[in-house]
Amino acid sequence: MRAMVYRGPYKVRTEEKDIPKIEHPNDAIVRVTRAAICGSDLHLYHGLMPDTRIGHTFGHEFIGVVHEVGSSVQNLQVGDRVMVPFNVYCGSCYFCARGLYSNCHNVNPNATAIGGIYGYSHTTGGYDGGQAEFVRVPFADVGPQVIPDWMDEDDALMCTDALSTGYFGAQLGDITTGDTVVVLGAGPVGLYAAKSSWLMGAGRVIVIDHLEYRLEKARTFAHAETRNFLEYDDIVVEMKRTTDHLGADVVIDAVGAEADGNLVQHITSAKLKLQGGSPVALNWAIDGARKGGTISVMGAYGPLFSAVKFGDAMNKGLTLRMNQAPVKRQWPRLFEHIRNGYLTPRDIITHRIPLEHIAEGYHIFSSKLDDCIKPVIIPSAS
Amino acid sequence: MPYTAQKPEPPESPDELRARIPGWGVDSDPADRPSVPKERFDPGATGAHWEFPDRQEELRPRERSIEHAMLTPVFGTAQPLTGLSGVIRRRAYARYSEGRLAHWLLLVLGDRVDAIENHLASFATLRPDNPITETGVLSEPGHRPISSRFGKKRADLKHMWMDPFLVAGPWIASGIAVAVVASRVVKRVRG
Ligand SMILES: NC(=O)c1ccc[n+]([C@@H]2O[C@H](COP(=O)([O-])OP(=O)(O)OC[C@H]3O[C@@H](n4cnc5c(N)ncnc54)[C@H](O)[C@@H]3O)[C@@H](O)[C@H]2O)c1
Ligand SMILES: [Zn+2]
Ligand SMILES: [Zn+2]
Repeated sequence: MRAMVYRGPYKVRTEEKDIPKIEHPNDAIVRVTRAAICGSDLHLYHGLMPDTRIGHTFGHEFIGVVHEVGSSVQNLQVGDRVMVPFNVYCGSCYFCARGLYSNCHNVNPNATAIGGIYGYSHTTGGYDGGQAEFVRVPFADVGPQVIPDWMDEDDALMCTDALSTGYFGAQLGDITTGDTVVVLGAGPVGLYAAKSSWLMGAGRVIVIDHLEYRLEKARTFAHAETRNFLEYDDIVVEMKRTTDHLGADVVIDAVGAEADGNLVQHITSAKLKLQGGSPVALNWAIDGARKGGTISVMGAYGPLFSAVKFGDAMNKGLTLRMNQAPVKRQWPRLFEHIRNGYLTPRDIITHRIPLEHIAEGYHIFSSKLDDCIKPVIIPSAS
Repeated sequence: MPYTAQKPEPPESPDELRARIPGWGVDSDPADRPSVPKERFDPGATGAHWEFPDRQEELRPRERSIEHAMLTPVFGTAQPLTGLSGVIRRRAYARYSEGRLAHWLLLVLGDRVDAIENHLASFATLRPDNPITETGVLSEPGHRPISSRFGKKRADLKHMWMDPFLVAGPWIASGIAVAVVASRVVKRVRG
């Protein structure tokens, strides 16, 4: 089969690999029909995630058709069209039993601090991902779900990570009616978080980024106010000014480890890898939130430490909430919202790239060329 | 203003927001949100029909965090450890918990060694690494390389110029290393 393969920082290519095999009775092999590149993949692509091995196939957002099932699989059949959450999880450990699917303890031998994720380095379990023609899907009775007949395939694809994560991020903000919500980052996660904040009754939603074309999307797609942080001497002061000097009730970090806006922080983390991630956005969140407010962290950071302004968070009595999204827990509600027309996830897809051109896809998305927001990868066989 | 008790009024009323934004407020009840409460004990809800999963066969020794009591019943088998990078990574897992800086620094070192090992090995194959095609820079024409970057405010321009050096650095370094080794070999053979 053809698969995306990592060749070192900033380098990927398509290679021939063996079709994955059933390795456990509850495995399925899925033929991928569509995959996407996530902002999280950029952290791997830039070499920021420890134990990202040469030859690894990335891709944790994908949908496809069941190609083969293991002997204990009951809920899926060969030929089913399925959407697969980015979490690999068992459904039965202490954490899964409580709905914390992203924190599963039975799927990642490499680390206890993080669950399993498809195609996301050995630090999340060493599973090859879905930017390929075929992918091994463990616990086929737990994660994957048959795509409802009425659902658009692009919408289904967005549910496997970005949409569920944005919606989950808004929930962790504990928004109450009339709250002012600031979303840092106008990538797919931030756009969906902004849109979801309205569903939870936000009174104002303000999206902050430095890419004008993404802020434009935040205005049209997510109905939000926007601020380009480069237009302000100090974006924190603007966050205060625009909230009558109270600060935002809720701030959602949808940026993560490679945040821009402070060159020293960016270079020490993203380029020199001396920090687990550049905490610029997180520190803006801490400073820009009102006392007693809530910060929801969806942005991903590496396992090394970061220079976070923890003292201010404590002095302000902030609530910091965060996690990898437990994707499938969001689905029943998201399906309703998509059906009712409240959410149209596919509207943010900007590029469709054949798997054979994977290096171009990563470069365009990483360098933010051609107004790229969300690239979809089409494997050759489909 | 926070100097007095009342919360500032939002600029738009709920009715205005409802009219402008499809679905405004449909999830306003904090108790009726899918991830509330954070922990909800319901092992029957996941589709798992086992108390503890069958164990995947361990066909070769699988490295694991020493914070785990055992090898997890299911694990990825992609890219098993090999070479010098394998030795370094195995050491990181066997010796240091995730709480130790050494664990992560060894893994980062393993990544760099892995990259060098694989680049060198690729030259002995029919498909050597090609930094031009693998970085995707050939996509620049056709995707508005100039207008995407210039004439607008973009914070990342300040460091984007470093990327080619990050990519080329190891190549230049290994080129020099190869040249040094080759010249020594030549000297030995002649000498
Ligand atoms: N928690 C989860 O389950 C989960 C799931 C998916 C993605 N993520 C993480 O969410 C983050 C966003 O993902 P994405 O796909 O939207 O990525 P993305 O790279 O497309 O978007 C990030 C955006 O942040 C902007 N940005 C950079 N610095 C900023 C700053 N200081 N302030 C405001 N904006 C800034 C960038 O210009 C970009 O538009 C990533 O860190 C990703 O790893 C987490
Ligand atoms: Zn993701
Ligand atoms: Zn589990």
